[in-house]
Amino acid sequence: MTELSLKAPAVSESPDTGTTSAREREVFLPRDARRRTPISTLRERLRWPLGIYTTPVAILIAWEVLARAGVLAKTYAPAPTSIVKSAADLWQQGVLGPDLAISLQRAGTGLAIGLTVGVSTGVLGGLLRSGEYLFNGLVQVLNTIPLLAVLPLMIVWFGIDELTKVLLISFGAGVPMYLNLFAAIRGVDQRLIEMARTTGAGTWRLVTRVLVSGALPGFLVGLRFSLAYSVLGLVAAETVNADKGLGFLITQGQTYLQTNQVFVGLVIYSLLGLLADQFVRALERVLLRWRPSYEAS
Amino acid sequence: MSSAVATEPRRQTGVAVEQVVRRFGDRVVLDHLDLTIADEELVILLGPSGCGKSTLLRLLAGLDRPDGGRVEVPARRAIVFQSDRLLPWQRVLRNVTLGLHGPDADQRARDVLAEVGLSGRAKAWPKELSGGEAQRVSLARALVSEPELVLLDEPFAALDAITRLRMHDLVRALRTRHHAAMLLVTHDVDEAIALADRIVVMSNGRIGTSHDVHLPAADREVSVAREELRARLLEDLGLASQH
Repeated sequence: MTELSLKAPAVSESPDTGTTSAREREVFLPRDARRRTPISTLRERLRWPLGIYTTPVAILIAWEVLARAGVLAKTYAPAPTSIVKSAADLWQQGVLGPDLAISLQRAGTGLAIGLTVGVSTGVLGGLLRSGEYLFNGLVQVLNTIPLLAVLPLMIVWFGIDELTKVLLISFGAGVPMYLNLFAAIRGVDQRLIEMARTTGAGTWRLVTRVLVSGALPGFLVGLRFSLAYSVLGLVAAETVNADKGLGFLITQGQTYLQTNQVFVGLVIYSLLGLLADQFVRALERVLLRWRPSYEAS
Repeated sequence: MSSAVATEPRRQTGVAVEQVVRRFGDRVVLDHLDLTIADEELVILLGPSGCGKSTLLRLLAGLDRPDGGRVEVPARRAIVFQSDRLLPWQRVLRNVTLGLHGPDADQRARDVLAEVGLSGRAKAWPKELSGGEAQRVSLARALVSEPELVLLDEPFAALDAITRLRMHDLVRALRTRHHAAMLLVTHDVDEAIALADRIVVMSNGRIGTSHDVHLPAADREVSVAREELRARLLEDLGLASQH
C-alpha cells in the first residue's frame, strides 16, 4: 500500500461569498413564457417583414426618391417606376414578349445541353477511375478559361448564329456542374460505401441509393452555379451579336440613348437570376429534408 | 496454400479461421490466429483496445484480405458497426431494405423493425433518431437478410449504460428468432458475460484463452460463478493484479 496524499486545494473564504453580485447566473425559460404584450408581438412581426428582400426594396425606394428629387439624371438612372412603365410600353408594342421568348429559348436549350453533358460526365467521372482520367483533366483546363474569352473563338468556329449562343451557354452551365458533381460523388463517406457493400446491395443500389443520393447537395451547388453562368453566357452571347433577344434590346437602347430600355433588359436578367435561385432553394427544401441544417437566429 | 483446393469450402456451417496473419507495415497484428465458431453460436471476442479485434472482424466480413492463412465464412453475413452508419438521406425503412430485393422487401423490413421495437419509426429520417434507436435500425438492417453469420463490432460501446442493457435484452430476444452464428467484439467484460455462449480473449495477436459460458440468465446477473468467470477474464486481460 502506497500512501497517496492529494493535497486539497486551499479554499479561501472570499469575503463576498453569499452576496449575489459576485456570481452571475442565467435563467432559461420557454420563449413564450415571456410577457407577450400586443406591442411586443407587433414589433416581432415588423422586425423583418420582407425577409431577404429587405435590402433590395430599401435600395429601390432610395433610388425612386433620389430620381424624383432630381438628384439622379434621367439619362443615367431613371426611376424604378419609369422602368416598369417602359417595360409595360415595350410589352404593349410587341417588342419585349418575342425578345424575352427567344432569350429564354436560348437559355433553355443551352442549359439542357450543358446540364446533360455536365451531369453525365460528372457521374461517370465520379464513379469510374477511367471516367476521371477521360474528363477530369480536360474540364479542369476548360474551367480556367474565362467564358467571355471563348466567345471570339466560337464566333470564328460556329458563326454568329444561334449555335454560338447556345454553345456558349451550355459551356457556362456544363463546367461547374461537372466539377461539383465529381467532387460530391468522390466526397461521399467511405464508411457508408463500405457498409452498403456488406449489406449485399449490388452495384446499382450502391450507385443510386448511396453515391448519387449522397451527392445531391453537391449537385444542387453545381446547379446553382450552372444557372448563374448560363445567364452570364446568355448576356455575353446576346450583347455581341443579336438581332433579337434581350441583349439586342439592351444594345438598341444603348445606341439610341434609351436608358430606360437598357434598364428593362438588366432588370429582366436579374429577375431570371432571382428566379433561378428561388428554384434551387425550392429543390433544396424538397431534396435535402434529411439534412440537419443550420438555421440562423 | 495457393492451390485451387485452398479456395474450396471445407465446412458446411459456421466460421473457420486458420493460421491467419495480418500485418500493417512491420507491426504484426494477427499472428497465426485460429478461431472456429459453430452454427448458431454467440462468441464474444474480448480484448483491450488496439489488440486487433476489429482487424479480425474485418477479415471475417471480407472487407480486408489476410496476409497469410485462410478464412472461411458463410456468404450470407451481415455486420453491425460501432457507429450506426445509416444513410442520412434515406428514411429508416429504405435504410433497412438497402440490400434487400423482391416484392416482399418492405414487409420484411417492417417485420424486423417491429422486432427491434421501432415499428412506428419506418418513415423517420436518421437525424430524428436517438443513438439507441439508430443502432437498433442498424441491427435490423443486419438481420433483415436472414444472415448465417452476424458480426458486431463494439455495437453498443457508444450507448449509455441503460440503453446498453436494453440492447442486451434485445440481442437475447433476437437470438431466439434468428438462427445465426454471432461474433461480438467488445472490451466490456460485463457485456461479454451477459451475452456469450463462449468468450475468447485475444492477446499478442492470437486467441489466448477460451471460456465456455453455461450460466442461466439469472446467474449472469449475480452469482458466484459469474464473479469467478469475471475474475478469470480480468486475469486473462492482464488486469487481475489491480483487484
